Amino acid sequence: MTIPTSSIEQVIPGQGSMAQPEAGKPAKAKRQRFLFLSNRKAAAGLIILGIYIVLAIIGPWIAPFDPGARGEDLMQGPSSEHWMGTTHLGQDVYSQLLVGTRSVIFVGFLAGIVATLLSVIIGVTAGYVGGKTDEVLSALSNVFLVIPALPLIIIVTSIMENAGEWVVALVIGFTSWSWNARVLRAQTLSLRRRDYVEAARATGERSGRIITFELLPNLTAVIASGFVGTVIFAVLSEITLAFIGITSSNTWNWGTILFWAQGQQALARSAWWWFVPAGLAIAILGTALSLINFAIDEFVSPRLRSAGKTKIKTNSGRTVRMRIGFTPVLSNSPEPITHASPIPVVDHNGATPVVRKEHAS
Amino acid sequence: MSAPVLEIKNLNVGYGLGDQGVRAVRDVNLTLHRGEVLGLAGESGSGKSTLAYGLTRLLAPPGVVTGGQVIYHPAEGEPYDVLGLSDERLRKFRWAETAIVFQGAMNSLNPVHKISVQLTDVLRAHEPKMSETSRLARAREMLKLVGIAADRMDAYPHQLSGGMRQRVMIGMALILQPQVVIMDEPTTALDVVMQRQILGQLIELRERLGFSVIFITHDLSLLVEFSDRIAIMYGGRIVEEAPAAAIYRDALHPYSKGLLGSFPALRGPRRELTGIPGSPPDLKGMPSGCSFHPRCPKAFDPCAGNIPVLGRPGTGDGRTRSVACWLHPTEEPVG
Repeated sequence: MTIPTSSIEQVIPGQGSMAQPEAGKPAKAKRQRFLFLSNRKAAAGLIILGIYIVLAIIGPWIAPFDPGARGEDLMQGPSSEHWMGTTHLGQDVYSQLLVGTRSVIFVGFLAGIVATLLSVIIGVTAGYVGGKTDEVLSALSNVFLVIPALPLIIIVTSIMENAGEWVVALVIGFTSWSWNARVLRAQTLSLRRRDYVEAARATGERSGRIITFELLPNLTAVIASGFVGTVIFAVLSEITLAFIGITSSNTWNWGTILFWAQGQQALARSAWWWFVPAGLAIAILGTALSLINFAIDEFVSPRLRSAGKTKIKTNSGRTVRMRIGFTPVLSNSPEPITHASPIPVVDHNGATPVVRKEHAS
Repeated sequence: MSAPVLEIKNLNVGYGLGDQGVRAVRDVNLTLHRGEVLGLAGESGSGKSTLAYGLTRLLAPPGVVTGGQVIYHPAEGEPYDVLGLSDERLRKFRWAETAIVFQGAMNSLNPVHKISVQLTDVLRAHEPKMSETSRLARAREMLKLVGIAADRMDAYPHQLSGGMRQRVMIGMALILQPQVVIMDEPTTALDVVMQRQILGQLIELRERLGFSVIFITHDLSLLVEFSDRIAIMYGGRIVEEAPAAAIYRDALHPYSKGLLGSFPALRGPRRELTGIPGSPPDLKGMPSGCSFHPRCPKAFDPCAGNIPVLGRPGTGDGRTRSVACWLHPTEEPVG
């Protein structure tokens, strides 16, 4: 059955007017400060990401061995000395993983920030300004949309003698902004025709303020998901580059580990400790970023946020979920919840005849 | 009076939970009889819409039904509690037994689909065995019933006027021949002439098809004209319920009087428009006792202390009406 969702939404204005008086209370504002963390997805994602960032900073210092140093134990499984085993040259996989984290996080985030900044500037400008500017900027993003990032990076890094992480990150950043820019442009086009934006323009707000105050908060979810997506893409690109052996072999990242594992046929030699940790590290980082992305989606929509708890217990002890179209029923008994005060029969029968007469006249 | 079709018993609906929550509908008891038009009136924020969406379980989060029963009496078979239905049965129940025409319903049509597609969509979902031709025939018949030429079947929503779109929505609500139709301010976006025309048509249809209507509006004058009974809501409670004529002639609750005093009569002697001073109560901090007493011109001692119960007043036509006001002490609470 189809329930027109647009009309369900129209219940909200009514609620809004009723909810107004509570908005100003300071107690409530205080409670909402760390609300983002009360979202389980956000908390899990941020904790995992935090661990990665800490490891990225301190990894090279706490690594027990030099990741490139050769040792005596060749192709050993995990042991107390080498937590994640050793490579065919006796290098410590655990140290390689720790040292490699920095490069992965650095490239991922630098590329993500560059691409997000570019996409916001170009996408929102194109959508808001319109006209010739829009056409030029749209053409530009279309051109960048079809530039294949990975081959370009391969070419750039092979031309440049000492292509470090900076180059890789910037090339990924400069080639991956266009998709998000298009999404942002489309969203801005739709937003700028909304009544509240028109109203802001009519009251004489400047374009800068309309963009930063009226438009950008509405674009947060799109921007954030674009950022997270770009970070994941950049991480995977860098690892792919290292895996196919493009980047310089004197910097370590997870892709380098996989490159050597692949080259030495770790799988065939059943040296699982060589490639599983790096693979897991990539997968968990991706999971953390996705969790944050989901949480942002839920958080930026005030309607979802105000819902707070979505699972509630009914009086009979069952747990029901709040969802549109199936309002939870807490109790099914026909008894009133607050018993209305009993009718004071004696007192009032005395007082009422007078009143009733007054009414009848 | 004919048999009941929907009995609302102590329905409580709120938004949010715990100390953050507000109770928007409080202990509402209401009975809708077969073939009756029941008007639900009150100010903005009095809980009219919340009541309607709560009893159909259509309230979006954080809306919660905190207690009560909604007993539905189907045309054949045993009555059952709508609030106790499983999700699957609730899906089947909706539209086939109760249909809703939403606030601003004319914007509920999808602009990219033809009217015929949108009308037959529900038939496809609820009566999958029906053939395409009979579906279209039913849709055409429905359009004719609401006064739209059958050749408009292939029109897109933008090709229809607001009133026509509204009538399409009413036709769509009636297409499965539900027993109960809930209309939430269905005509507020239309001009008075169109309002009248559509409501007249609705009443005519009701006589032909025999459904009951819960009609929600803040326009009491409209209700007086079109409904059989009127329930007045204030602060989440029903404060007065009576036949439309009785309310118009002789409203018992001061709030109903205030509502009636806020629009001019078309005929009869001129009278001063009074309106109601003050503003609706804050649902988070309801006044003690009768929630209307701070604004009530006739408030006296018991009003601030005790909540009046909806019951039959001791006046002459007390059998058919009920009121919750200390001015009219009740003989027996309405069960």
